[in-house]
Amino acid sequence: MDKLQLKGLTKKFGGLTVVDNLNLSLRSGEFVSLLGPSGCGKTTTLRMIAGFIAPTAGTVEMDGKEISSASASLPPERRRMSMIFQSYALWPNMTVEQNVAFGLKMRKVAKDELKRRVGQILDVVQLGHLAARYPNELSGGQQQRVSLARALVVQPEILLLDEPLSNLDANLREEMRGEIRRLHNEFGITSIYVTHDQSEAMTTSDRIAVMNHGRIEQIDDPLTLYTRPKTRYVAEFIGRSNILQGKPNGIRMAFDGFEVASARLGRRGPIRTREFSLRSQNVAVHANCPVSDRVILQGCIIERAFLGETWDYAFQSDTSGLKLRVMAPPLSVFTVGQKVWLEINPSHIIPIQDDHHA
Amino acid sequence: MVELRIESDEDAAAAPVRWIAAIRNAINPTTLVALLLAAVLIFLVANPLFQLVKDSFTRASDHSFTFANYVTAFGRPRYVQALINSMELGAAAAAFASLIAVPLAWGVSRTDMPGRNFVHVMVLASFLIPPYVGAIGWILLGGPNAGWINKAWMAVSGAPAGPFNIFTFWGLALVTALYSFPLIYVFTKSALDLISTEMEEAASILGAGPAQTTLRITLPLALPAILGSVFLVFLEVLGLYGTPALIAIPAGFNVVTTQLAAFFENPVRVEVAAAFSMPMVGISIALLWVQRRLLARKSYVTVGGKGGHREPMALGPLRWVVFAYALVIAGFSVFMPLTIILQTSFSKAWALPMSPSNFTLHNFQQVLFDQLTVRQALFNTFLYAIVTATICTFLGFAVAYISQRRLLPFSQALASITLAPFAVPGIVLAICFYAAYAPPPFALYGFGALVVIAFVTRFLPISFTNSNSAIQGLHPELEEAVRIAGGNQARALWLVVLPILKKSLFGSWLLIFIIGTRELSTAMFLSGPQTRVISVLTLELSEQGQYEMLSAISVLLLAVTGVVTLIGTLILGRDFMLRRT
Repeated sequence: MDKLQLKGLTKKFGGLTVVDNLNLSLRSGEFVSLLGPSGCGKTTTLRMIAGFIAPTAGTVEMDGKEISSASASLPPERRRMSMIFQSYALWPNMTVEQNVAFGLKMRKVAKDELKRRVGQILDVVQLGHLAARYPNELSGGQQQRVSLARALVVQPEILLLDEPLSNLDANLREEMRGEIRRLHNEFGITSIYVTHDQSEAMTTSDRIAVMNHGRIEQIDDPLTLYTRPKTRYVAEFIGRSNILQGKPNGIRMAFDGFEVASARLGRRGPIRTREFSLRSQNVAVHANCPVSDRVILQGCIIERAFLGETWDYAFQSDTSGLKLRVMAPPLSVFTVGQKVWLEINPSHIIPIQDDHHA
Repeated sequence: MVELRIESDEDAAAAPVRWIAAIRNAINPTTLVALLLAAVLIFLVANPLFQLVKDSFTRASDHSFTFANYVTAFGRPRYVQALINSMELGAAAAAFASLIAVPLAWGVSRTDMPGRNFVHVMVLASFLIPPYVGAIGWILLGGPNAGWINKAWMAVSGAPAGPFNIFTFWGLALVTALYSFPLIYVFTKSALDLISTEMEEAASILGAGPAQTTLRITLPLALPAILGSVFLVFLEVLGLYGTPALIAIPAGFNVVTTQLAAFFENPVRVEVAAAFSMPMVGISIALLWVQRRLLARKSYVTVGGKGGHREPMALGPLRWVVFAYALVIAGFSVFMPLTIILQTSFSKAWALPMSPSNFTLHNFQQVLFDQLTVRQALFNTFLYAIVTATICTFLGFAVAYISQRRLLPFSQALASITLAPFAVPGIVLAICFYAAYAPPPFALYGFGALVVIAFVTRFLPISFTNSNSAIQGLHPELEEAVRIAGGNQARALWLVVLPILKKSLFGSWLLIFIIGTRELSTAMFLSGPQTRVISVLTLELSEQGQYEMLSAISVLLLAVTGVVTLIGTLILGRDFMLRRT
């Protein structure tokens, strides 16, 4: 049975539909991210799951029991969930230990048991030595760990994370997202993670739901999401994509300046669309014409930028108006105006739905 | 500001010339302003405080050093009892005030209680009512026989006597609390306003219900602010003169302030009063220190970063209970006293019921036209308030600007001196000024100037903190842009700083004007027959039992205050009086 199920979940604020008929199921122990830009409804969805907001329509079910609907909602304190807040929301008037113990006290856990579990979880997040400190005496990363410990110590049914890393600087963010995944592997708590940062979602999640305008555009594991985006929105939101227009020509597909046998395209069924996505990373650049049965395009570099880990080239075809963005490794250096050949594996050309309602 | 100049060749003969140049350099406008400000602050703050301490050790007859004043001041059990009474009154009133203020602040700040704006405005209204006016209202309401509450009780129950007597310790404590609770309310509310909802949600998702969340998270987070303001109320009550004079003296006990006033009755024993006021100053300094320590833990409410959205807590039916409580408080502190005062001001005899035969405009005619003393006092009150507000605003701004921009070497010291009067109760300040400037060579007693300078000193901390926080919000780059474009500091001040800050300066002017019109304790010993102000006159009329005329005066005072507040509200927004830190 699914741990958590959202069925037709909808939230309107006045005339504005923030979450629009959203359906989502989580298996027990699964880690799912809601990924999308600000205003896409991801935080509202999370707050409906937590019980802070009641849905306008639809339901939230946990273990098959309805906990939220338009007519009745179980209050947050009775859902046995935990939440990591954007601001951490550590209580500044309590020590680390008191912060972590709070949820156990609410659950009326016996004193010895409480002490043991608090000590244990603080060791897990490597904060045992700071138990007597106050939150404002800790660094941002340590505060984040306290907030994780406070949420995990109660062994919640579901863990909700609301952009937990957005207040940390870049290095710490990378460290903490690893930490979050490690803790998930250790405790296996069903988790929902809201973020606008795709690398956070990629590194932590079993599945990612890409949200746009209150709907889920696509929900898949990170690799599938990256290699086989279903919609133009997902293709452009995750990684860098070139969007190509294709025209069927018998058994072949005609693009601007080249043709490919339709059978060789990266498809999983009949192609019903004219739009295709081609990842910038999936194009190779050569200084000489390579020998290959893949698609070869001749042209020149018209712009370049060195991003540190990659080169970002803009390519202009000699034979057509086609322009492509290409990512190349740091040692593949080409100058602006240099003649180059691009090599494209047709299976990386992925058909996408140009209409995101499908 | 030291100007760089290119030095020419120097030799021994040029030395005197260099000295003159150095002196000329030293006497630039900045140093002149500095010296002037320092002189003014010494005159207003340092010297009076020094005189207080000095007088307390001075024998009146031959100006020699003595401890005799302290022996006199604390030698009689009656005097010591007054000190104890004051402490007890302070504690009781502060306790009552927090019982009133904290639920209201919580209701307005964090819940879906109905009428939150209304309740907030009611609290501001009780802040605007001078405590002694409220006390007079309560004497009319709660006097043992003729008070309206008791008469209503007797009429309903047929009992021969009413149950309520305002002329008791607890009556005094209650009335005092009704007009000092707004301070706790303001502090508590602004602390609660700063707590992000996520703090409460975090408790709620971990299993705490609304009541547990409020008691274990929300209120503890606001506790430093609550405690700090409770201390302030305690201090305020300690220095309060009007209400105890109206209620404690008829009730037959003394507090520190009424005892101080007794030392000022013939023969005036300033030295003994100075000695007697020392514990109050000591307690004030100690408690203010503790209060600042409490509030210094600012990180208390601002831990974490983003995500500071706020949503009111849904109370369900309970919200009507909180609202009813707020209505009772508003009734006690605003509606009931004001109704009775308004009614009395139009009555021939206050104890008689309202009827056409009891209706009269005579009281207002007396106050506005017939009684010369009253007219004089009204005139004085508004004149002194206007002059005080103007000087205070200017001076407070000058010190704040100089210390914020560090224009002078000792600017921090200037700021500290400016804040010092905050630790001195008004009535003690009056003794200071009496000691410093009533005798020769200044001999200011009987002149309005003595009242005004004492008022200026009393309210200087308010205008300073107001300006200080306003200037803090003003980025120095705005002025630096003027300087780099070729304007000097004065031009930057005139073209940029003042235009931007004019609203907040106007706000502090209004605030000082309003509290200046009602200030009693500072004016007490300083106003002579020609320089009486309304507050002092009110007390005298009350001693004579002239409640009808007194009510008419109160109505006029409240009307003016109301209109001024309304103007301020229209121009500056509802909470312009609360913007100090």
